[in-house]
Amino acid sequence: MQRRTILKGMAAAGVASSLGLIGSRAVFAAEKVRMGFIYVGPRDDYGYNQAHYQGKSAVGALDWVKAVDEENVPETIEAVKTMESMINLDGAQVLFPTSFGYFDPHILKVAPKYPQVMFLHCGGLWDASKHPKNVGSYFGYIDEPVYLSGVVAGHMSKTGKLGYIAAIPIPQVLRNINSFTMGARSVNPNCTTTVVFTGGWSNPVKEAEAANSMADQGIDVLTAHVDSPKVVIETAEKRGIFSCGYHADQSVLAPKGFLTGAEWNWSKVYLDYAELIKTKKPIPNLVRGGLKEGIVKSSPYGAVVSEKARKNADDIRAKFMSGEFVVYKGPIKDNTGKEVIPAGKSYAQTDIWLESMSWLVEGAIGSTKG
Amino acid sequence: MSVTEPVILATSRWRGILQWAACGGKCARSLESLLIPLGALVVSLLLFAIFVAFSGHDPWAVFGSLYVGAFGSWFSWQNSLLRASPIMLTALCTALPARVGLVVIGGEGAVVLGGLTAALAGIALNGSAPPGVVLLLMLVTGAVGGGAWLSLVGVLKHYRGVNETISSLLMNYIAIAVLNFLVFGYLKDPATLNKPSTYSVGEANMIGNIGDSSVHWGVPLALCACVALWFLMRRTTFGFSADIVGGNVRAAQVCGLSVGRVMIIVCCLGGAAAGIAGAIEVAAVHGRANASLNAGYGYAGILVAFMARHNPLAIIPVAILLGGIRASSGLLQRVHDLPDATVLVLQGIIFVVILASETLYGRIKWFNAK
Repeated sequence: MQRRTILKGMAAAGVASSLGLIGSRAVFAAEKVRMGFIYVGPRDDYGYNQAHYQGKSAVGALDWVKAVDEENVPETIEAVKTMESMINLDGAQVLFPTSFGYFDPHILKVAPKYPQVMFLHCGGLWDASKHPKNVGSYFGYIDEPVYLSGVVAGHMSKTGKLGYIAAIPIPQVLRNINSFTMGARSVNPNCTTTVVFTGGWSNPVKEAEAANSMADQGIDVLTAHVDSPKVVIETAEKRGIFSCGYHADQSVLAPKGFLTGAEWNWSKVYLDYAELIKTKKPIPNLVRGGLKEGIVKSSPYGAVVSEKARKNADDIRAKFMSGEFVVYKGPIKDNTGKEVIPAGKSYAQTDIWLESMSWLVEGAIGSTKG
Repeated sequence: MSVTEPVILATSRWRGILQWAACGGKCARSLESLLIPLGALVVSLLLFAIFVAFSGHDPWAVFGSLYVGAFGSWFSWQNSLLRASPIMLTALCTALPARVGLVVIGGEGAVVLGGLTAALAGIALNGSAPPGVVLLLMLVTGAVGGGAWLSLVGVLKHYRGVNETISSLLMNYIAIAVLNFLVFGYLKDPATLNKPSTYSVGEANMIGNIGDSSVHWGVPLALCACVALWFLMRRTTFGFSADIVGGNVRAAQVCGLSVGRVMIIVCCLGGAAAGIAGAIEVAAVHGRANASLNAGYGYAGILVAFMARHNPLAIIPVAILLGGIRASSGLLQRVHDLPDATVLVLQGIIFVVILASETLYGRIKWFNAK
């Protein structure tokens, strides 16, 4: 019986203290801009989620922002509950559910219930004709820095064989593979990119198997499009070959073989949003951009990258920044020999046609069937 | 009269009162199976408090947040119940076969297959039958899909002597591969570009919420399934024959029981429960089948089944406890800056301590004295 009394006391004391905590927080934070961030994986994954966490940390450091976050939230009803909990318990004014799969149906289900809260989703899906006004999307043309990674890889590869370990054959992923391949082939037209789909966003065992098997085939530059490229980069380093990063900076994982990488620059995006909320300006429903807008960037070159490669990549970057460089400019054939973009036709980065890409470019070895 | 006799008399009187209070003085066993897990829970919380203290946080405040996040308000209760309901059903998938002595860990595959077949039924019937009928048929096909899938485990075990643990585990991967194959191929809704999913089952055919709460009708369905299967396993001749098969196969054969039939039926029932969990995910949450079906509910169910000692009725509180712990994870991250892994540590401690406490059954004299 005594045990039970202790338990009761414990619970009561705990409740009292934490209720007090939440209560006082609400009072203190009344003046602050309150933002909530939700990640599908761990904050320190060296990848997709870490990139968002770094963005969150940048806004969280401002004294007029209160930023809370939650990691490992699956794309199920748990995402709905986490959003509601941030609104109800933390008083969040704006939410950033960062995983692609949070949008439909989860954000679309919660947003109409909380019209005073802004739901900003990473992925660029918002459509004025279909979706609520308090929902928005932001996304970046990350295939631009991926193209630059391809250029560097084309210079550095001795065998001309590159490897791409990717999650699933969806348009976003195919676009990166194609840009990387075209970047490399702009330097060395004989370059090929071998593509392996692992079937999931976080599949470390298969990623390591694919990386090792690619190294065995004489592939000497590896890159990846999975939630955390950590395993691929580390395996490349262990096998003594080069690697290009993705999502976040992975240079520390491969001090010898890391070339460069494509990174998100969410700090800029999140700081911009915070500023808009603070000054009570309207928040745009769609935010998109590439290198020029500062939404994406390249990782610093590894020490091993040659002067020539740096020069070439920097020149193209300058053209991206001035807006004169177009990646998808005909004639472009897919890897079955079919012409997908005829000569004379070109698609700017903003072109929506690119967002339904379902083909692999000439020089990519693999199939979109997975 | 020895000196110790009054002491014994005194303790036995206390025991008598307690037993009378619990169940009319007839079931020291039930008291034992209630107090041992509760004791184990208290011990686990103490161990967790030590862990929290070592990581530099105040255990009282953390317990407070655990309570607030899990059961501190109606919002938290709904949160916990919604997370608990799929785990209840997947726990049945391990608990029922355990009665016949089989360790089946195929809940994940049965959820996926149940969700997939339910979605198929929903897509096929959408618009051609009244919503209530479509929903009912979705649940039934989900149960049939999951049940048929796991009966294979029973068939392989009985007719080919294949170890059921290995076969059910491997069948999880097959189920996930089948789902991915269909979702990326024949069943893909072309509109779901970057998160491939099947066509929608239709908003009208989905399970609604109870009143104006956010708890959908899948939750009471899961509770009913636990109660019904408890009744089947503990109060019917079928349940009794399952216990005999689990206790001693030879004895069961001598009694004239059809061992194979019992095994296959029990596996099928377990699979059906998990299949319903998948059907509810489709019908109440996603509205379509996609990779989110494979969210780890099957594996969480194994934990719950073992903690509930394979008693379908005990699964209810254990699943709610686990759902509550998961629900409070967000608050621990946001209020105390603890990583998500904290709740995994707590789950792990509870699991180990409860398993260890199994050795206490029948060893504490206090419960056994006549």
